[in-house]
Amino acid sequence: MRKKKRALVKGVEAIALGALEANCKCYFGYPITPQNDIPEFMSRELPKRGGVFLQAESELAAINMLLGACATGTRAMTTSSSPGISLMCEGFSYIAALELPAVIVNVMRGGPGLGGIEASQGDYFQAVKGSGHGDFHFLVLAPYNAQEAYELTAKAFELAEKYLNPVMVLSDAILGQMKEPLELKKLKIKEYPKEDWALTGAKGRPSRFKRSLFLDAAELKALNLKLQKKYKRMQKEIRYEGEWDPEDEVLVVAFGSMARIAKEAVSNLRNKGFQIGYLRPITLFPFPYKQIKNIVEESKKPLKVVVPELNCGQMVEDVRLAVEGKAEVISLPYPPSVIPFPEEIEKEIKKCLRRSKCRKA
Amino acid sequence: MFKAFQVPKSLKPTPFHYCPGCHHSIAHRLVCEVIDELGIQDKSLGIASIGCSCFLYFYLDVDIVEAPHGRACAAATGAKRARPDLVVFTYQGDGDFSAIGFNESFHSALRGEKITAIMINNTIYGMTGGQASPTTVPGQKTTTTPQGKDPSHLGYPPKIAELLSQLEGVAFSARVALNNPKRIIEAKKAIKKAFLSQINGVGFGFVEILSACPINWKMDPVSATKHVDELTKIFPLGIYKDKLENQEKGE
Repeated sequence: MRKKKRALVKGVEAIALGALEANCKCYFGYPITPQNDIPEFMSRELPKRGGVFLQAESELAAINMLLGACATGTRAMTTSSSPGISLMCEGFSYIAALELPAVIVNVMRGGPGLGGIEASQGDYFQAVKGSGHGDFHFLVLAPYNAQEAYELTAKAFELAEKYLNPVMVLSDAILGQMKEPLELKKLKIKEYPKEDWALTGAKGRPSRFKRSLFLDAAELKALNLKLQKKYKRMQKEIRYEGEWDPEDEVLVVAFGSMARIAKEAVSNLRNKGFQIGYLRPITLFPFPYKQIKNIVEESKKPLKVVVPELNCGQMVEDVRLAVEGKAEVISLPYPPSVIPFPEEIEKEIKKCLRRSKCRKA
Repeated sequence: MFKAFQVPKSLKPTPFHYCPGCHHSIAHRLVCEVIDELGIQDKSLGIASIGCSCFLYFYLDVDIVEAPHGRACAAATGAKRARPDLVVFTYQGDGDFSAIGFNESFHSALRGEKITAIMINNTIYGMTGGQASPTTVPGQKTTTTPQGKDPSHLGYPPKIAELLSQLEGVAFSARVALNNPKRIIEAKKAIKKAFLSQINGVGFGFVEILSACPINWKMDPVSATKHVDELTKIFPLGIYKDKLENQEKGE
């Protein structure tokens, strides 16, 4: 019998292990809580594997070191937490414009400002709507346990190369600092050829360059249209999971660690006989608009969509866009600091049920 | 018969867009001559910055990536660490290197990154239309110091070549000018040493090039070239550090 290789690890360690599994060669970063275990882990493990660990003088430097390393076609990553991610935003825009396959991990903490170090999902807008100037997007992956953190981080390297686009793994302090069993699966991470774009010295070929300055209006427009086409192609990567039924009265939509709390609440209510569905977007960009819309359209009851989040209500805006006014969307905001218990979410969901029953009566 | 003077192999046959009397084109040429002499055209990676020289990639026939404003040394660090076999150099202005990017520049030098940094010092932001930079000299009129730069308000110009020479990680640091043939020859020697600093694995190679900006100095090209002599009083020319020389001497 083959034994499965398992380890008890923190979510942030799972992220680091995922990067190693994907054969990440360079790590650049700057200390910030609650993600310090990643640079610490990388400083021990990467040099052993012939890789490079470099602690930068700031997140600003780290993101530009990442830009330089990725330009040579080397698998590289950086990790940070909310305020540090803000400092990197300039670099994100350049990396997107240069079409470099960079992997960035945000272990979110509370904000705004210096905020706090407890879990938060307050950087949803930043990750999904644009963390830097100009029209660009990350491909955003949102794990909800250590296993996914491991697998999605590894996958991020493949997707970054597939689309020549920065990929962000959006995690948070709960997921990052909680220890869970992790199955160290061998993952098949595809590596894409880099010979046609990487800057490795013009040996046996004409020299080439990568730039993001286009003073010719037509050229800049062409770059933007090219990027938009790419973002459309990324629709293929939409990932989500859940359980729903046309008889459901309520659909709960949540991501990341909040999805775990919400999932338990939904499961408790279902066990009590309530008709409740659950959907968890795993890719936040591209967002499963169509899938949510389909659930609403196929519903045989006046469906209410409940969106609990560890912020003041951000993803709920995308859910509203998805339902196109065909269902009531209720935001359950939990600003950073206090993490709700499943019972609290259950209570809120029940309120929706009661109201809908009252109306019927 | 042979041609003694030719266009460097690593210089593209593209006419420069630079203003009449600007020294960028001479500096570009010198970098290319050095690349040719060292035989590193096929393993060079240039990091273009923001400023008039951001179009470096239209002229230098080597692989080039454009970094955000001020971040060239950080991008160079990432590239060199990822691919130590490449010869990585930055080409930046005084605003890029010593204002917005000072932290990235300083820390790359501090770590002794095996990269080469060329800083064109024309005491002004040329591309954006002649605003004051840290290296703007006292009394100099710019579009943001219309009364002349007041050092009690904006500080005195930093002497970057001297400053970097203090750092252990720096292998070579020099300030050169391009306003007469002798200085151009010296400048080329300095650029070559700054490249050899990384090729020989000694450390960070740095050359500050005093350069004319006739348009923004509101001078004709001849006066601007002469004016560089004035600048040398504030920014003295010279080699401030040369670990390669010391190595050769067996120190």
